[in-house]
Amino acid sequence: MATQVVMPKLSPTMEEGQLSRWLKKEGDKVSMGEPLAEIDTDKATMEMQSLANGVLLKILVNEGESAPLGDPIAIVGAEGEDISDLIGGKKSAKEETPKAKPKTEEAEEKEPEPKKAEAAASKPAPKEEEPRPVTTQSRDDGRQLISPIAARMAAEAGINLKSLHGSGPGGRIVKRDVEDAISGKIERIPTAPRLRAVPLRPLEKGEVYAPSAYRDEPASEMRRTIAKRLVTSLGPVPHFFLTTEIDMERAADLRRAINELYPDAKISINDVIIKVAAAALIQHPQVNASFQEKHIRYYEHADIGVAVATENGLITPVVRSADLKSLPEIGAEIRELADRARARKLRPEEYTGATFSISNLGMFGVDEFTAVINPPEGAILAIGAMAPKPVVRDDQIVVRHIMRVTMSCDHRVIDGATGAQFLQTFKQVMENPLYLFLAQ
Amino acid sequence: MAEITMRDALTQALREELARDEAVFLMGEEVAEYQGAYKVTRGLLDEFGPKRIIDTPITELGFAGLGIGAAMAGLRPIVEFMTFNFSILATDQIINSAAKMLYMSGGQFKIPIVFRGPGGSAYQVSSQHSQALESWYAYFPGLKVVMPSTPADAKGLLKSAIRDDDPVIFIEQERMYGMKGEVPEDEDFTIPLGVAEVKREGTDATIVARSLMVPVALKAAEELEKDGVSCEVIDPRTIRPLDIDTIIASVKKTNRVVIAEESHPFCGVGAEISAQIAEHAFDYLDAPVKRVSGVDVPMPYAKNLEQLALPDFEKLIQAVREVSYL
Repeated sequence: MATQVVMPKLSPTMEEGQLSRWLKKEGDKVSMGEPLAEIDTDKATMEMQSLANGVLLKILVNEGESAPLGDPIAIVGAEGEDISDLIGGKKSAKEETPKAKPKTEEAEEKEPEPKKAEAAASKPAPKEEEPRPVTTQSRDDGRQLISPIAARMAAEAGINLKSLHGSGPGGRIVKRDVEDAISGKIERIPTAPRLRAVPLRPLEKGEVYAPSAYRDEPASEMRRTIAKRLVTSLGPVPHFFLTTEIDMERAADLRRAINELYPDAKISINDVIIKVAAAALIQHPQVNASFQEKHIRYYEHADIGVAVATENGLITPVVRSADLKSLPEIGAEIRELADRARARKLRPEEYTGATFSISNLGMFGVDEFTAVINPPEGAILAIGAMAPKPVVRDDQIVVRHIMRVTMSCDHRVIDGATGAQFLQTFKQVMENPLYLFLAQ
Repeated sequence: MAEITMRDALTQALREELARDEAVFLMGEEVAEYQGAYKVTRGLLDEFGPKRIIDTPITELGFAGLGIGAAMAGLRPIVEFMTFNFSILATDQIINSAAKMLYMSGGQFKIPIVFRGPGGSAYQVSSQHSQALESWYAYFPGLKVVMPSTPADAKGLLKSAIRDDDPVIFIEQERMYGMKGEVPEDEDFTIPLGVAEVKREGTDATIVARSLMVPVALKAAEELEKDGVSCEVIDPRTIRPLDIDTIIASVKKTNRVVIAEESHPFCGVGAEISAQIAEHAFDYLDAPVKRVSGVDVPMPYAKNLEQLALPDFEKLIQAVREVSYL
């Protein structure tokens, strides 16, 4: 039977997608799991897979056009099948008038389809800010679809469902996905999210680094009151800021020494900052944490989001378990992630779920700045330019390479003193990077 | 064991039960002199005489009521409908008298009667003569509904139906009268009502099929086996009481179900089975239960349209592949 292919949710914040490129033409055979099109989301260009076997009967959204989540973009079915019902009077994209309409207007126009109107009518009126009424497609509401047996097996095997990639229709996690996860097969599929339980030993090279494990502890009444009070004062995430000046001489020496020994490593100061921040986070778990309304989430590892400026805007690829990785590993990884970020080729799991972020505007000559926390992370570190400056050492004015950093903290989870202690450790290790080797 | 047709297996069952119990008699249109429109009653008039093999006028409501009265008076009637399509005329007697008499008389009147005849699709006999009515009768408490899929089942189940003290609707499939199979000759061979049979064991998907759909399901299972999909085929044999336990046990093993039936999908037996699976085995499902039914239109007369209206081998294979995510 012919089915509509709808605009899928390819990123957590996506509301509509732009058809970047069709990988199949009308009349082409498609099979389940085969790439059908490339979709530009708000974050990246993603491949969309076919969820059915059959023939691509009709393309409803042309390359370059946008469609809101859940809207039909194509029809897949048996060759020669009558699909007039599914098109609902709508002509093939090709036959549509070539005049480009504003996107919003186009989305509005699609609203009065009778089925959707009914579904919307039976639900409470959508809030103003909602771009469109709730559709009847369950996969649009952000729910993870899962078959009952798969849910049961995953629960029994202690597998986190979020770590699974659903191969069924609409991304439904089905029995074989859980079986694959249990047998470890899933890890060998490169497109699968790199998620699994984190071992408490340093990982070996080439192993998959998963997002950090965590423990949730109930938020105390006091902590919740602090949170409530502060939010009324400053936004949903009450920021406060801590600034310190760091003498970068030894960090620069360390970097130079490593690069002399291993020219291929091409370590940057930023790599050292990531590594030091990760080490400091492990020493201050209160900072490697996230406020979750009813509880505080403490992460076992430091998954560091690194802000990367791209043509399309800011994105923060994540270096997983930076506390376990060597400097050359971190360097290589961040360069690779940044390259792909600029090419809009990051997968959602590669730019979400950091436990802490770093934003560096030093290369733009910014001396110091304050960064905005990327929720639900607890803090972000804003790095200014490293520059020679006159400082007082042993009552003498000397010239040193100085870098100013400002930490933005979520006051709901981090108090002033907690943040300060973290920053103190960060400064200490930055100024004496040999600590890195003692701490491990 | 002899290999005989389903028609002959049914005749055997009738003959054996007529011989076994004097209270058993048979009536219906053309059952005696003409030996049955489908020759299921061949030879019975000669053997048992006109007192026990009775031709009736074309009055379904009348002779159904006559049978029910005879059952109340202690006889064990077998009423043949030339086809179940004509039983529609007799539904007031079947539903309002046969099904409810035991209950409404406070247990004073048992109704040991069998209503039997062909049902389901035939060959180009169009809308009024190609109906699968099992869900009608299965709907009412007080009736048992039986649908055999092999000659042996036909014989064993019909004998049990005749010996049963409740009214039994026994639906034979018109296209299956000529189907051959091995049938036990033992006069005490019976198959209990309310017991499903696993016609084929498998591990990946369960096909619940009855009547004409059983051979189709077995053929589909064979084909799917080549693709590495191992299908279990379950024939409930009795629609009411339904042996849901056997179906549930299979679903727990395979996690996927396709229900094959000739009848229309809406409010059908498949819908009931599907609901019970959701109630009893929800946690074991890997895919939504899928029905492959006759289409939701009156049966067309044209041969090509008739074929399209009926569930077949290809549709069944496609459905199994779908629930198996292939």
